[in-house]
Amino acid sequence: MSLVLFELLQFALLLAAAPLLTGLVRKVKARLNGRIGPGLLQPYRDLWRLLRKEVVLAPNASWLFRTSPYLIFTAVWLAAAIVPTFATGLLLSRTADLIALVALLGTARFALALAGMDVGTSFGGIGASREMMIASLAEPAMLMVTFTVALIVRSTSLPQIAEFLLTHAVGIRISLFLGLVSLLMVAIAENARIPVDNPATHLELTMVHEAMVLEYSGRHLALIEGAAMVKLVLYISLIASVFFPWGMALDPSEPRALAIGLASYAAKLAVGGVVLAFFETSIAKMRVFRLAEFLGGAFLLGLLAAIFLYVSQGV
Amino acid sequence: MPSFINPAYDTAHLLDTAVLMLSFALLYQRRLFAVLTIYAWQALFLAAAAAWQASAQGAPHLYITAGIALVFKAIVIPLALHRIIVSLEIHRNIETALGVGATLAVGVALVALSILLVLPVTTASGALTRESLAAALSVVLLGLLMMITRRNAVSQVVGFMSLENGLILAAVGVKGMPLVVELSIAFSVMVAFIIFGIFFFHIRERFDTLDVHDIERFRGERR
Repeated sequence: MSLVLFELLQFALLLAAAPLLTGLVRKVKARLNGRIGPGLLQPYRDLWRLLRKEVVLAPNASWLFRTSPYLIFTAVWLAAAIVPTFATGLLLSRTADLIALVALLGTARFALALAGMDVGTSFGGIGASREMMIASLAEPAMLMVTFTVALIVRSTSLPQIAEFLLTHAVGIRISLFLGLVSLLMVAIAENARIPVDNPATHLELTMVHEAMVLEYSGRHLALIEGAAMVKLVLYISLIASVFFPWGMALDPSEPRALAIGLASYAAKLAVGGVVLAFFETSIAKMRVFRLAEFLGGAFLLGLLAAIFLYVSQGV
Repeated sequence: MPSFINPAYDTAHLLDTAVLMLSFALLYQRRLFAVLTIYAWQALFLAAAAAWQASAQGAPHLYITAGIALVFKAIVIPLALHRIIVSLEIHRNIETALGVGATLAVGVALVALSILLVLPVTTASGALTRESLAAALSVVLLGLLMMITRRNAVSQVVGFMSLENGLILAAVGVKGMPLVVELSIAFSVMVAFIIFGIFFFHIRERFDTLDVHDIERFRGERR
Protein backbone atom coordinates (compact mmCIF):
# COMPACT_ATOMS: atom_id res chain seq x y z
CA MET A 1 0.00 0.00 0.00
CA SER A 2 2.72 2.40 0.99
CA LEU A 3 4.49 1.58 -2.28
CA VAL A 4 1.50 2.93 -4.19
CA LEU A 5 1.59 6.06 -2.04
CA PHE A 6 5.27 6.64 -2.72
CA GLU A 7 4.74 6.06 -6.42
CA LEU A 8 1.98 8.68 -6.40
CA LEU A 9 4.30 10.99 -4.49
CA GLN A 10 6.90 10.56 -7.22
CA PHE A 11 4.35 11.33 -9.95
CA ALA A 12 3.25 14.48 -8.12
CA LEU A 13 6.80 15.51 -7.30
CA LEU A 14 7.90 15.26 -10.93
CA LEU A 15 5.00 17.38 -12.08
CA ALA A 16 5.55 19.96 -9.37
CA ALA A 17 9.32 20.16 -9.77
CA ALA A 18 9.50 20.29 -13.57
CA PRO A 19 8.43 23.94 -14.13
CA LEU A 20 10.52 25.04 -11.17
CA LEU A 21 13.62 23.43 -12.67
CA THR A 22 12.97 25.08 -16.03
CA GLY A 23 12.47 28.37 -14.23
CA LEU A 24 15.76 27.88 -12.41
CA VAL A 25 17.64 27.18 -15.64
CA ARG A 26 16.12 30.28 -17.27
CA LYS A 27 16.85 32.41 -14.25
CA VAL A 28 20.50 31.35 -14.01
CA LYS A 29 20.94 31.86 -17.76
CA ALA A 30 19.42 35.31 -17.53
CA ARG A 31 21.70 36.23 -14.62
CA LEU A 32 24.72 34.98 -16.56
CA ASN A 33 23.66 37.15 -19.48
CA GLY A 34 23.48 40.15 -17.18
CA ARG A 35 19.68 40.28 -17.08
CA ILE A 36 17.48 39.95 -14.05
CA GLY A 37 15.18 37.52 -15.82
CA PRO A 38 11.71 36.35 -14.89
CA GLY A 39 11.07 34.87 -11.47
CA LEU A 40 11.51 31.20 -10.68
CA LEU A 41 7.77 30.66 -10.74
CA GLN A 42 7.22 32.14 -14.19
CA PRO A 43 6.90 28.73 -15.96
CA TYR A 44 3.98 27.87 -13.64
CA ARG A 45 2.25 31.10 -14.63
CA ASP A 46 2.96 30.46 -18.30
CA LEU A 47 1.48 26.98 -18.12
CA TRP A 48 -1.54 28.23 -16.17
CA ARG A 49 -2.15 30.98 -18.72
CA LEU A 50 -1.89 28.52 -21.63
CA LEU A 51 -4.24 26.08 -19.91
CA ARG A 52 -6.97 28.71 -19.68
CA LYS A 53 -6.60 29.93 -23.25
CA GLU A 54 -8.77 28.64 -26.03
CA VAL A 55 -7.32 26.18 -28.53
CA VAL A 56 -7.01 27.44 -32.09
CA LEU A 57 -6.92 24.61 -34.59
CA ALA A 58 -5.98 24.77 -38.24
CA PRO A 59 -8.96 23.80 -40.44
CA ASN A 60 -7.13 20.77 -41.82
CA ALA A 61 -5.91 19.48 -38.45
CA SER A 62 -6.87 15.83 -37.95
CA TRP A 63 -7.57 13.86 -34.79
CA LEU A 64 -3.88 13.06 -34.69
CA PHE A 65 -3.05 16.69 -34.08
CA ARG A 66 -5.59 16.95 -31.27
CA THR A 67 -4.70 13.73 -29.46
CA SER A 68 -0.92 13.93 -29.77
CA PRO A 69 -0.34 16.39 -26.89
CA TYR A 70 -2.11 14.07 -24.44
CA LEU A 71 -0.20 11.05 -25.70
CA ILE A 72 3.13 12.88 -25.54
CA PHE A 73 2.56 14.19 -22.06
CA THR A 74 1.39 10.84 -20.72
CA ALA A 75 4.29 8.95 -22.26
CA VAL A 76 6.92 11.35 -20.95
CA TRP A 77 5.37 11.56 -17.49
CA LEU A 78 5.16 7.77 -17.28
CA ALA A 79 8.75 7.44 -18.46
CA ALA A 80 9.86 9.91 -15.82
CA ALA A 81 8.06 7.90 -13.14
CA ILE A 82 10.17 4.85 -14.03
CA VAL A 83 13.38 6.61 -13.05
CA PRO A 84 14.19 6.25 -9.36
CA THR A 85 14.35 9.76 -7.98
CA PHE A 86 14.39 9.93 -4.20
CA ALA A 87 13.97 6.23 -3.46
CA THR A 88 14.77 2.98 -5.24
CA GLY A 89 12.07 0.56 -4.23
CA LEU A 90 9.11 2.16 -5.99
CA LEU A 91 6.28 0.24 -7.55
CA LEU A 92 6.41 1.26 -11.19
CA SER A 93 10.15 1.04 -11.60
CA ARG A 94 9.96 -2.67 -10.77
CA THR A 95 7.83 -3.30 -13.83
CA ALA A 96 9.70 -1.30 -16.44
CA ASP A 97 13.40 -0.98 -17.21
CA LEU A 98 15.72 1.31 -19.11
CA ILE A 99 14.74 -0.11 -22.46
CA ALA A 100 11.06 0.54 -21.72
CA LEU A 101 12.04 4.09 -20.85
CA VAL A 102 13.78 4.57 -24.20
CA ALA A 103 10.71 3.09 -25.92
CA LEU A 104 8.32 5.44 -24.10
CA LEU A 105 10.39 8.45 -25.04
CA GLY A 106 10.53 7.15 -28.62
CA THR A 107 6.73 6.90 -28.66
CA ALA A 108 6.41 10.49 -27.48
CA ARG A 109 8.84 11.65 -30.13
CA PHE A 110 7.04 9.71 -32.83
CA ALA A 111 3.72 11.31 -31.88
CA LEU A 112 5.27 14.76 -31.82
CA ALA A 113 6.84 14.33 -35.26
CA LEU A 114 3.55 13.07 -36.71
CA ALA A 115 1.69 16.02 -35.19
CA GLY A 116 4.30 18.37 -36.58
CA MET A 117 3.65 17.09 -40.10
CA ASP A 118 -0.11 16.77 -39.69
CA VAL A 119 -1.11 20.34 -40.47
CA GLY A 120 1.08 20.40 -43.53
CA THR A 121 3.07 23.55 -42.84
CA SER A 122 6.63 23.58 -44.07
CA PHE A 123 8.06 24.40 -40.64
CA GLY A 124 6.35 21.43 -39.07
CA GLY A 125 7.85 19.19 -41.74
CA ILE A 126 11.34 20.60 -41.32
CA GLY A 127 11.13 20.29 -37.55
CA ALA A 128 9.85 16.73 -37.73
CA SER A 129 12.55 15.63 -40.15
CA ARG A 130 15.29 17.23 -38.06
CA GLU A 131 13.90 15.77 -34.85
CA MET A 132 13.92 12.33 -36.42
CA MET A 133 17.49 12.80 -37.61
CA ILE A 134 18.58 13.74 -34.09
CA ALA A 135 16.61 10.84 -32.64
CA SER A 136 18.12 8.31 -35.02
CA LEU A 137 21.57 9.39 -33.85
CA ALA A 138 20.82 9.83 -30.16
CA GLU A 139 18.95 6.60 -29.54
CA PRO A 140 21.80 4.23 -30.44
CA ALA A 141 24.09 6.21 -28.16
CA MET A 142 21.55 6.01 -25.35
CA LEU A 143 21.16 2.27 -25.82
CA MET A 144 24.93 1.82 -25.91
CA VAL A 145 25.21 3.50 -22.50
CA THR A 146 22.32 1.37 -21.28
CA PHE A 147 24.11 -1.79 -22.36
CA THR A 148 27.34 -0.72 -20.70
CA VAL A 149 25.66 -0.02 -17.38
CA ALA A 150 23.61 -3.20 -17.73
CA LEU A 151 26.79 -5.22 -18.31
CA ILE A 152 28.34 -3.87 -15.12
CA VAL A 153 25.24 -4.38 -12.99
CA ARG A 154 23.82 -7.40 -14.87
CA SER A 155 20.39 -5.79 -14.98
CA THR A 156 18.56 -3.19 -17.05
CA SER A 157 16.16 -2.31 -14.28
CA LEU A 158 16.90 1.20 -13.04
CA PRO A 159 16.25 0.69 -9.31
CA GLN A 160 18.45 -2.40 -9.37
CA ILE A 161 21.19 -0.42 -11.08
CA ALA A 162 20.94 2.35 -8.51
CA GLU A 163 20.83 -0.11 -5.61
CA PHE A 164 23.78 -2.06 -6.96
CA LEU A 165 25.90 1.05 -7.41
CA LEU A 166 24.88 2.29 -3.96
CA THR A 167 25.62 -0.88 -2.09
CA HIS A 168 28.47 -2.45 -4.05
CA ALA A 169 31.89 -0.97 -4.35
CA VAL A 170 32.19 -0.70 -8.09
CA GLY A 171 34.88 1.93 -8.08
CA ILE A 172 35.52 4.49 -10.73
CA ARG A 173 35.58 2.72 -14.02
CA ILE A 174 36.74 4.08 -17.35
CA SER A 175 33.51 2.66 -18.74
CA LEU A 176 31.27 4.53 -16.35
CA PHE A 177 33.10 7.76 -16.98
CA LEU A 178 32.79 7.41 -20.76
CA GLY A 179 29.16 6.39 -20.36
CA LEU A 180 28.46 9.49 -18.30
CA VAL A 181 29.91 11.81 -20.94
CA SER A 182 28.00 9.99 -23.66
CA LEU A 183 24.74 10.19 -21.71
CA LEU A 184 25.26 13.90 -21.05
CA MET A 185 25.62 14.51 -24.79
CA VAL A 186 22.48 12.50 -25.49
CA ALA A 187 20.59 14.37 -22.78
CA ILE A 188 21.52 17.71 -24.31
CA ALA A 189 20.32 16.58 -27.74
CA GLU A 190 17.14 15.00 -26.43
CA ASN A 191 16.13 18.04 -24.45
CA ALA A 192 16.69 20.37 -27.39
CA ARG A 193 19.25 22.42 -25.50
CA ILE A 194 22.15 24.44 -26.89
CA PRO A 195 24.37 23.42 -28.80
CA VAL A 196 21.93 21.06 -30.52
CA ASP A 197 18.80 23.18 -30.48
CA ASN A 198 17.87 26.42 -28.81
CA PRO A 199 14.73 26.19 -26.66
CA ALA A 200 14.23 29.95 -26.74
CA THR A 201 14.46 30.63 -30.45
CA HIS A 202 11.92 31.02 -33.21
CA LEU A 203 14.44 31.54 -35.95
CA GLU A 204 13.43 29.50 -38.98
CA LEU A 205 16.83 28.18 -39.87
CA THR A 206 17.75 26.74 -36.53
CA MET A 207 14.67 25.67 -34.63
CA VAL A 208 13.92 21.99 -34.31
CA HIS A 209 11.59 21.38 -31.41
CA GLU A 210 9.88 24.76 -31.69
CA ALA A 211 9.24 24.25 -35.41
CA MET A 212 7.14 21.18 -34.70
CA VAL A 213 4.98 22.78 -32.05
CA LEU A 214 4.50 26.08 -33.89
CA GLU A 215 0.87 25.31 -34.73
CA TYR A 216 -0.11 24.39 -31.18
CA SER A 217 -1.94 26.72 -28.86
CA GLY A 218 -3.84 26.79 -25.59
CA ARG A 219 -3.94 23.67 -23.45
CA HIS A 220 -2.31 21.58 -26.18
CA LEU A 221 0.74 23.81 -26.09
CA ALA A 222 0.69 23.74 -22.28
CA LEU A 223 0.81 19.94 -22.37
CA ILE A 224 3.67 19.87 -24.86
CA GLU A 225 5.69 22.45 -22.95
CA GLY A 226 4.95 20.61 -19.73
CA ALA A 227 6.17 17.40 -21.34
CA ALA A 228 9.41 19.12 -22.34
CA MET A 229 9.91 20.33 -18.75
CA VAL A 230 9.22 16.85 -17.33
CA LYS A 231 11.68 15.41 -19.85
CA LEU A 232 14.41 17.69 -18.56
CA VAL A 233 13.73 16.48 -15.01
CA LEU A 234 13.72 12.91 -16.32
CA TYR A 235 17.16 13.15 -17.86
CA ILE A 236 18.72 14.87 -14.85
CA SER A 237 17.15 12.23 -12.59
CA LEU A 238 18.37 9.46 -14.87
CA ILE A 239 21.95 10.71 -14.85
CA ALA A 240 21.75 11.27 -11.09
CA SER A 241 20.31 7.84 -10.38
CA VAL A 242 22.85 5.92 -12.46
CA PHE A 243 26.02 7.90 -11.87
CA PHE A 244 25.40 9.80 -8.63
CA PRO A 245 23.02 7.62 -6.60
CA TRP A 246 24.20 8.95 -3.23
CA GLY A 247 21.51 9.75 -0.71
CA MET A 248 18.79 7.78 -2.41
CA ALA A 249 16.48 6.05 0.07
CA LEU A 250 16.74 2.28 -0.14
CA ASP A 251 13.66 1.93 2.04
CA PRO A 252 11.27 4.85 1.56
CA SER A 253 9.01 3.84 4.44
CA GLU A 254 11.69 4.89 6.90
CA PRO A 255 11.14 8.63 7.49
CA ARG A 256 14.78 9.59 7.94
CA ALA A 257 15.92 7.84 4.75
CA LEU A 258 12.99 9.40 2.93
CA ALA A 259 13.92 12.89 4.09
CA ILE A 260 17.56 12.39 3.06
CA GLY A 261 16.41 11.00 -0.28
CA LEU A 262 14.12 13.94 -0.98
CA ALA A 263 16.69 16.52 0.08
CA SER A 264 19.51 14.96 -1.94
CA TYR A 265 17.22 14.64 -4.95
CA ALA A 266 16.31 18.33 -4.75
CA ALA A 267 19.99 19.21 -4.46
CA LYS A 268 20.88 17.04 -7.47
CA LEU A 269 18.16 18.66 -9.59
CA ALA A 270 19.32 22.15 -8.60
CA VAL A 271 22.96 21.33 -9.34
CA GLY A 272 21.97 19.79 -12.68
CA GLY A 273 19.96 22.87 -13.62
CA VAL A 274 22.73 25.31 -12.71
CA VAL A 275 25.38 23.27 -14.53
CA LEU A 276 23.14 23.10 -17.60
CA ALA A 277 22.64 26.88 -17.53
CA PHE A 278 26.39 27.47 -17.27
CA PHE A 279 27.07 25.03 -20.09
CA GLU A 280 24.45 26.59 -22.36
CA THR A 281 25.73 30.09 -21.74
CA SER A 282 29.33 29.19 -22.47
CA ILE A 283 28.73 27.46 -25.79
CA ALA A 284 27.38 28.50 -29.19
CA LYS A 285 24.75 26.68 -31.13
CA MET A 286 25.99 24.13 -33.61
CA ARG A 287 25.11 23.95 -37.28
CA VAL A 288 22.47 21.32 -37.95
CA PHE A 289 24.84 19.40 -40.19
CA ARG A 290 27.43 19.07 -37.44
CA LEU A 291 24.94 17.34 -35.17
CA ALA A 292 25.78 14.02 -36.77
CA GLU A 293 29.37 14.43 -35.57
CA PHE A 294 28.29 15.47 -32.08
CA LEU A 295 25.91 12.57 -31.59
CA GLY A 296 28.17 10.21 -33.51
CA GLY A 297 30.78 11.14 -30.92
CA ALA A 298 28.31 10.27 -28.16
CA PHE A 299 27.70 6.89 -29.76
CA LEU A 300 31.40 6.20 -30.13
CA LEU A 301 31.99 7.09 -26.49
CA GLY A 302 29.27 4.63 -25.55
CA LEU A 303 30.98 2.04 -27.72
CA LEU A 304 34.33 2.79 -26.08
CA ALA A 305 32.73 2.38 -22.70
CA ALA A 306 31.58 -1.09 -23.68
CA ILE A 307 35.01 -1.93 -25.11
CA PHE A 308 36.82 -0.85 -21.96
CA LEU A 309 34.46 -2.92 -19.90
CA TYR A 310 35.91 -6.00 -21.53
CA VAL A 311 39.43 -4.89 -20.71
CA SER A 312 38.79 -4.28 -17.06
CA GLN A 313 36.84 -7.47 -16.67
CA GLY A 314 39.45 -9.32 -18.66
CA VAL A 315 36.87 -11.16 -20.74
CA MET B 1 30.41 6.35 -9.74
CA PRO B 2 30.02 5.50 -6.10
CA SER B 3 32.58 5.02 -3.41
CA PHE B 4 36.27 4.72 -4.05
CA ILE B 5 37.21 1.14 -3.30
CA ASN B 6 40.87 1.53 -3.96
CA PRO B 7 41.90 5.18 -4.19
CA ALA B 8 45.27 4.47 -5.81
CA TYR B 9 43.65 2.43 -8.53
CA ASP B 10 40.63 4.67 -9.08
CA THR B 11 42.46 7.97 -9.28
CA ALA B 12 45.09 6.66 -11.68
CA HIS B 13 42.29 5.20 -13.70
CA LEU B 14 40.30 8.42 -13.82
CA LEU B 15 43.32 10.47 -14.90
CA ASP B 16 44.16 7.95 -17.65
CA THR B 17 40.60 8.17 -18.88
CA ALA B 18 40.69 11.95 -18.88
CA VAL B 19 43.85 11.96 -21.02
CA LEU B 20 42.25 9.51 -23.45
CA MET B 21 39.03 11.54 -23.62
CA LEU B 22 40.99 14.68 -24.41
CA SER B 23 42.70 12.82 -27.25
CA PHE B 24 39.27 12.26 -28.74
CA ALA B 25 38.41 15.90 -28.12
CA LEU B 26 41.50 16.84 -30.14
CA LEU B 27 40.26 14.72 -33.04
CA TYR B 28 36.81 16.28 -32.78
CA GLN B 29 37.86 19.92 -32.55
CA ARG B 30 38.21 22.00 -35.70
CA ARG B 31 39.39 25.33 -34.39
CA LEU B 32 43.09 25.87 -33.93
CA PHE B 33 42.99 27.78 -30.64
CA ALA B 34 40.56 25.28 -29.16
CA VAL B 35 42.93 22.49 -30.19
CA LEU B 36 45.71 24.21 -28.25
CA THR B 37 43.48 24.61 -25.17
CA ILE B 38 42.56 20.95 -25.27
CA TYR B 39 46.21 20.02 -25.65
CA ALA B 40 47.08 22.11 -22.61
CA TRP B 41 44.35 20.34 -20.61
CA GLN B 42 45.67 16.98 -21.72
CA ALA B 43 49.14 17.90 -20.54
CA LEU B 44 47.66 19.09 -17.25
CA PHE B 45 45.95 15.75 -16.67
CA LEU B 46 49.15 13.98 -17.68
CA ALA B 47 51.04 15.98 -15.07
CA ALA B 48 48.40 15.05 -12.49
CA ALA B 49 48.69 11.38 -13.48
CA ALA B 50 52.47 11.49 -13.16
CA ALA B 51 52.30 13.23 -9.78
CA TRP B 52 49.76 10.71 -8.56
CA GLN B 53 51.95 7.81 -9.67
CA ALA B 54 54.91 9.46 -7.96
CA SER B 55 53.12 9.45 -4.63
CA ALA B 56 51.49 6.05 -5.17
CA GLN B 57 54.67 4.28 -6.23
CA GLY B 58 56.86 6.25 -3.87
CA ALA B 59 59.05 7.26 -6.78
CA PRO B 60 60.09 10.90 -6.29
CA HIS B 61 61.71 11.23 -9.71
CA LEU B 62 58.24 11.05 -11.24
CA TYR B 63 57.54 14.44 -9.66
CA ILE B 64 60.14 15.81 -12.05
CA THR B 65 58.26 14.25 -14.95
CA ALA B 66 55.08 15.84 -13.65
CA GLY B 67 56.82 19.18 -13.32
CA ILE B 68 58.17 19.00 -16.87
CA ALA B 69 54.72 18.12 -18.18
CA LEU B 70 53.11 20.93 -16.22
CA VAL B 71 55.56 23.70 -17.06
CA PHE B 72 56.50 22.89 -20.62
CA LYS B 73 53.57 21.04 -22.09
CA ALA B 74 50.67 22.63 -20.27
CA ILE B 75 51.98 26.20 -20.29
CA VAL B 76 55.02 26.95 -22.44
CA ILE B 77 54.28 24.98 -25.62
CA PRO B 78 50.59 25.96 -25.93
CA LEU B 79 51.46 29.61 -25.33
CA ALA B 80 54.29 29.48 -27.87
CA LEU B 81 52.09 27.79 -30.47
CA HIS B 82 49.44 30.38 -29.75
CA ARG B 83 51.90 33.17 -30.47
CA ILE B 84 53.08 31.44 -33.63
CA ILE B 85 49.51 31.17 -34.90
CA VAL B 86 48.85 34.83 -34.14
CA SER B 87 52.08 36.04 -35.74
CA LEU B 88 51.63 33.88 -38.83
CA GLU B 89 48.06 35.14 -39.36
CA ILE B 90 46.89 31.83 -40.69
CA HIS B 91 43.38 30.48 -41.03
CA ARG B 92 42.12 29.31 -37.71
CA ASN B 93 39.84 26.64 -39.06
CA ILE B 94 41.45 23.30 -39.62
CA GLU B 95 40.79 21.47 -42.83
CA THR B 96 40.67 17.77 -42.25
CA ALA B 97 41.72 15.22 -44.81
CA LEU B 98 39.03 12.87 -43.51
CA GLY B 99 35.64 13.88 -42.10
CA VAL B 100 35.41 14.30 -38.34
CA GLY B 101 32.85 11.51 -38.01
CA ALA B 102 35.01 9.08 -39.95
CA THR B 103 38.08 10.13 -37.96
CA LEU B 104 36.29 9.44 -34.68
CA ALA B 105 35.17 6.04 -35.95
CA VAL B 106 38.75 5.18 -36.94
CA GLY B 107 39.82 6.43 -33.51
CA VAL B 108 37.51 3.99 -31.75
CA ALA B 109 38.81 1.21 -33.99
CA LEU B 110 42.35 2.16 -32.95
CA VAL B 111 41.39 1.99 -29.28
CA ALA B 112 39.95 -1.47 -29.88
CA LEU B 113 43.17 -2.41 -31.67
CA SER B 114 45.37 -1.22 -28.85
CA ILE B 115 43.26 -3.16 -26.36
CA LEU B 116 43.60 -6.29 -28.47
CA LEU B 117 47.34 -5.72 -28.57
CA VAL B 118 47.74 -5.06 -24.87
CA LEU B 119 45.51 -7.82 -23.53
CA PRO B 120 47.54 -10.88 -24.55
CA VAL B 121 50.84 -9.28 -23.48
CA THR B 122 49.70 -8.29 -20.01
CA THR B 123 47.73 -11.31 -18.87
CA ALA B 124 50.13 -11.75 -15.95
CA SER B 125 49.84 -8.19 -14.63
CA GLY B 126 46.95 -6.58 -12.82
CA ALA B 127 43.94 -4.80 -14.23
CA LEU B 128 45.45 -1.36 -13.57
CA THR B 129 48.56 -1.94 -15.65
CA ARG B 130 46.48 -3.45 -18.38
CA GLU B 131 44.05 -0.55 -18.56
CA SER B 132 46.74 2.12 -18.24
CA LEU B 133 48.76 0.53 -21.00
CA ALA B 134 45.70 0.20 -23.20
CA ALA B 135 44.79 3.84 -22.59
CA ALA B 136 48.36 5.03 -23.19
CA LEU B 137 48.74 3.05 -26.39
CA SER B 138 45.40 4.44 -27.56
CA VAL B 139 46.60 7.99 -26.91
CA VAL B 140 49.72 7.27 -28.98
CA LEU B 141 47.70 5.85 -31.86
CA LEU B 142 45.17 8.70 -31.71
CA GLY B 143 48.05 11.18 -31.89
CA LEU B 144 49.30 9.41 -35.01
CA LEU B 145 45.79 9.50 -36.43
CA MET B 146 45.60 13.21 -35.80
CA MET B 147 48.88 13.74 -37.65
CA ILE B 148 47.55 11.78 -40.60
CA THR B 149 44.11 13.33 -40.86
CA ARG B 150 44.99 17.00 -40.42
CA ARG B 151 46.26 19.13 -43.26
CA ASN B 152 47.36 22.03 -41.14
CA ALA B 153 50.96 21.86 -39.97
CA VAL B 154 50.21 23.33 -36.54
CA SER B 155 47.60 20.72 -35.75
CA GLN B 156 49.94 18.02 -37.01
CA VAL B 157 52.46 19.22 -34.48
CA VAL B 158 49.80 19.11 -31.77
CA GLY B 159 49.09 15.54 -32.85
CA PHE B 160 52.78 14.75 -32.44
CA MET B 161 52.86 16.31 -28.98
CA SER B 162 49.79 14.41 -27.86
CA LEU B 163 51.42 11.21 -29.14
CA GLU B 164 54.32 12.01 -26.86
CA ASN B 165 51.86 12.53 -23.99
CA GLY B 166 50.76 8.95 -24.58
CA LEU B 167 54.36 7.74 -24.32
CA ILE B 168 54.85 9.54 -21.01
CA LEU B 169 51.54 8.15 -19.78
CA ALA B 170 52.74 4.63 -20.53
CA ALA B 171 56.10 5.37 -18.91
CA VAL B 172 54.71 6.67 -15.63
CA GLY B 173 52.23 3.80 -15.34
CA VAL B 174 54.97 1.19 -15.34
CA LYS B 175 57.18 0.76 -12.29
CA GLY B 176 60.86 1.32 -12.59
CA MET B 177 61.11 3.52 -15.66
CA PRO B 178 64.44 5.33 -15.29
CA LEU B 179 64.41 9.10 -15.18
CA VAL B 180 67.00 9.37 -17.95
CA VAL B 181 64.58 7.92 -20.48
CA GLU B 182 61.82 10.33 -19.53
CA LEU B 183 64.12 13.30 -19.50
CA SER B 184 65.49 12.44 -22.90
CA ILE B 185 61.98 12.02 -24.31
CA ALA B 186 60.96 15.38 -22.90
CA PHE B 187 64.11 17.01 -24.18
CA SER B 188 63.81 15.60 -27.70
CA VAL B 189 60.24 16.79 -27.86
CA MET B 190 61.36 20.28 -26.90
CA VAL B 191 63.96 20.19 -29.67
CA ALA B 192 61.39 18.88 -32.12
CA PHE B 193 59.06 21.65 -31.11
CA ILE B 194 61.67 24.33 -31.74
CA ILE B 195 62.51 22.84 -35.13
CA PHE B 196 58.82 22.70 -36.01
CA GLY B 197 58.46 26.32 -35.00
CA ILE B 198 61.28 27.36 -37.33
CA PHE B 199 59.78 25.22 -40.08
CA PHE B 200 56.42 26.93 -39.70
CA PHE B 201 57.96 30.27 -40.50
CA HIS B 202 59.86 28.92 -43.46
CA ILE B 203 56.88 27.10 -44.89
CA ARG B 204 54.73 30.15 -44.39
CA GLU B 205 57.30 32.42 -46.00
CA ARG B 206 57.63 30.27 -49.06
CA PHE B 207 54.15 28.93 -49.65
CA ASP B 208 51.90 31.51 -47.97
CA THR B 209 50.06 28.78 -46.12
CA LEU B 210 50.48 26.09 -43.49
CA ASP B 211 48.26 23.69 -45.38
CA VAL B 212 50.57 20.82 -46.22
CA HIS B 213 48.27 19.87 -49.06
CA ASP B 214 49.58 22.85 -51.05
CA ILE B 215 53.14 21.82 -50.38
CA GLU B 216 52.47 18.37 -51.76
CA ARG B 217 51.15 19.96 -54.92
CA PHE B 218 54.28 22.07 -55.16
CA ARG B 219 56.43 19.00 -54.99
CA GLY B 220 54.46 17.56 -57.88
CA GLU B 221 53.01 14.73 -55.83
CA ARG B 222 49.49 15.45 -56.93
CA ARG B 223 48.26 16.23 -60.39
